[in-house]
Amino acid sequence: MEQLGEKAEELLETLWIKTEEAKQDSMALADLPAGEQEPVAHLKEAGYISSSDSRIKLTDRGRAAASNVVRRHRLAERLLADVLGTGEKSMHERACRFEHLIDPGLEESICALLGHPKICPHGKPIPPGRCCQQGQRHGTKLVASLSQLVPGQKGAVAYVYASGSNQLQKLMAMGVLPGAPITLIQRFPSFVFQIRQTQFAVDKEIADTIYVRLTDQEDESAAEPARHRRRFGLGRW
Amino acid sequence: MLETRAVPLKYDEALESALSRIESLLKGSYGVSRRAIGLLLLQGDRQVEKQVSEQDAPSFAGIQGIVAEARARYNQPLSYVIALRQQHEVKRILSATVTAKAKVGAGFAERLSRLMMSPITGVPILIIVLYLCLYQFVGVLGAQVAVKYIEDTIFGEWINPWVTELVTTYVPVTLVQDLFVGEFGIITLGVRYTFALILPIVTTFFIAFSIIEDSGYLPRLAMLIDRVFKFIGLTGRAVIPMVLGFGCDTMATIVTRTQESKREKVITTLLLALAIPCSAQLGVVFAILSGNVMALLIWVLAVFLIFLLVGYLAGKVIPGERSSFYMEVPPLRWPKLSNVMVKTLARLQWYFLEVFPVFIIASILLWAGKLTGAFDYISSGLEPLVRFIGLPPETSTIFLYGFFRRDFGAAGLYDLNEAGILVGVPLVVSAVTLTLFVPCIAQFSVMVKERGVKTAVAIALFIFPFAFLVGFVLNWALTSLGVSL
Repeated sequence: MEQLGEKAEELLETLWIKTEEAKQDSMALADLPAGEQEPVAHLKEAGYISSSDSRIKLTDRGRAAASNVVRRHRLAERLLADVLGTGEKSMHERACRFEHLIDPGLEESICALLGHPKICPHGKPIPPGRCCQQGQRHGTKLVASLSQLVPGQKGAVAYVYASGSNQLQKLMAMGVLPGAPITLIQRFPSFVFQIRQTQFAVDKEIADTIYVRLTDQEDESAAEPARHRRRFGLGRW
Repeated sequence: MLETRAVPLKYDEALESALSRIESLLKGSYGVSRRAIGLLLLQGDRQVEKQVSEQDAPSFAGIQGIVAEARARYNQPLSYVIALRQQHEVKRILSATVTAKAKVGAGFAERLSRLMMSPITGVPILIIVLYLCLYQFVGVLGAQVAVKYIEDTIFGEWINPWVTELVTTYVPVTLVQDLFVGEFGIITLGVRYTFALILPIVTTFFIAFSIIEDSGYLPRLAMLIDRVFKFIGLTGRAVIPMVLGFGCDTMATIVTRTQESKREKVITTLLLALAIPCSAQLGVVFAILSGNVMALLIWVLAVFLIFLLVGYLAGKVIPGERSSFYMEVPPLRWPKLSNVMVKTLARLQWYFLEVFPVFIIASILLWAGKLTGAFDYISSGLEPLVRFIGLPPETSTIFLYGFFRRDFGAAGLYDLNEAGILVGVPLVVSAVTLTLFVPCIAQFSVMVKERGVKTAVAIALFIFPFAFLVGFVLNWALTSLGVSL
């Protein structure tokens, strides 16, 4: 895909949200935010958008490109919110600048790192990329919430994403802090996990807040042969 | 103050500078180091904040400013930042001093634990535990075998005849004779109920509960049942007061303190008062319905449905945020006999200090009531209600007993069944109604203490008509379906 300018990408993003998410048929040129009208001619020429009666809409080619811009924006938000701990206020603005720096290779790495997230921090869907389908098939996530693991999967706590101080207190009381080794034991009816020498049972709400950096099974046993355990055989408790 | 040679854990610069500035402002005496107070202030400890605002009132505003400034420098709450640093230090010390030997495979306890937590095997295990502990141990051994022996042999053959003879020989006045050995006599009613009916039942329950508690089964039960409890606005954590409620609802109401939010405390208190039968009720109900599996099933189902229905509605109506569930799952262990005995004795002691005086007072009040006619007056006042749910008028007495203590009423039910007055559908209806019926005096007073007068009265005012309404509906449903038991 050819590299579009930042302004062109902003326009595609705006148009995509209007037509794909708000389900409008097309968008009036006059409705475009100031500064985004500039690249219209260029995008039309390159075949990304079509226009009639001073209204514009995405072509097939434009739709693919636009969904990718939206995807990068929302992944950037996810990264800023989950990993870098950016507050709600500055998140959108930073993500706007960040999205243009993400090239396709980086996009897939970020997506995998975040466990192929499905929604942005505001709850809007993140258009899936190729890596999402592949990632789901092979189950090769780097970071995933505890609620996404399968029993027996292990890793270390990457970060916690608690909604309030109350929940954070609970996580701290359980010793769920970055770096702690963690193994999921059971998913239903509650999530049971082992952290260090202790087992805890939590509901999905709490399991959703614990993000685990997965360690490859072989890798871990190779690196720490003394701590190799059978899949369901947690010896120490 | 204790002098230690401990080296304080160093935090990063911003925290250290905030700490040293706070320390220099603290002048009061707190019993712990100023640094500890400073750390607690940074972590937002309410109690320490209050203490400092009293002891260091002049500089409190300045201290708050320093705390706020430190907070603004971090994206996460300071308690989290501090915990991370402490965690880091713990890891460093542990890695230098502790080595863990790897254990191959899972032991028996761990395999059993997995079976208890998996829904496929866990639910059957739960049913087996309930059947063995509640039904066989408490219901059969406690409420039938032991009760029969103490009631018939110890009281029936030895104590009652002996005391009756003693009293009738030495006390010539019938009125006073009745106080001790009459229908509502202190010995023949109060003491007999306490020792012949209640003692064996609660003792077996408390033994069973202590064994379950010490084995580590309760947290596994909590995780298994969390989803069901979410439906009634609670979390799996509520399982502990609920299970204890099957022993004594009064004790369980005190244990609701371990619940997280006020909302959960209120819902648990309500359900304990309404739909959790205490061990004495349970024992008596098992005893009188045990000959009839269908009747027992109807009772279990009716009370369980009411539990779910009222819990669900309460969860919808009572305001407040829903809590999320978390609980440590300790390893399974063999209970130690000595621990089980000590705990059982302590609980029994608490229980009898609570129950015995009430039984004696109840006997006296009933005797006085009978004498003055007040008892007949109230009893006949209850009669229309009792008739309304299709019960013979004699049952109004046991509802009156129920006011004094839940188990007292249940014990009365036992007597009426023995006498052949209550059988079939009316027996089930009265068992259900009495199970739901008002919390006993002891439980009510604890409800007032724990939840406040308003909530306690509101709960009691809801339960009273509701129990009779359920009795009415059940009676209507069973008779119109032509169920014969």
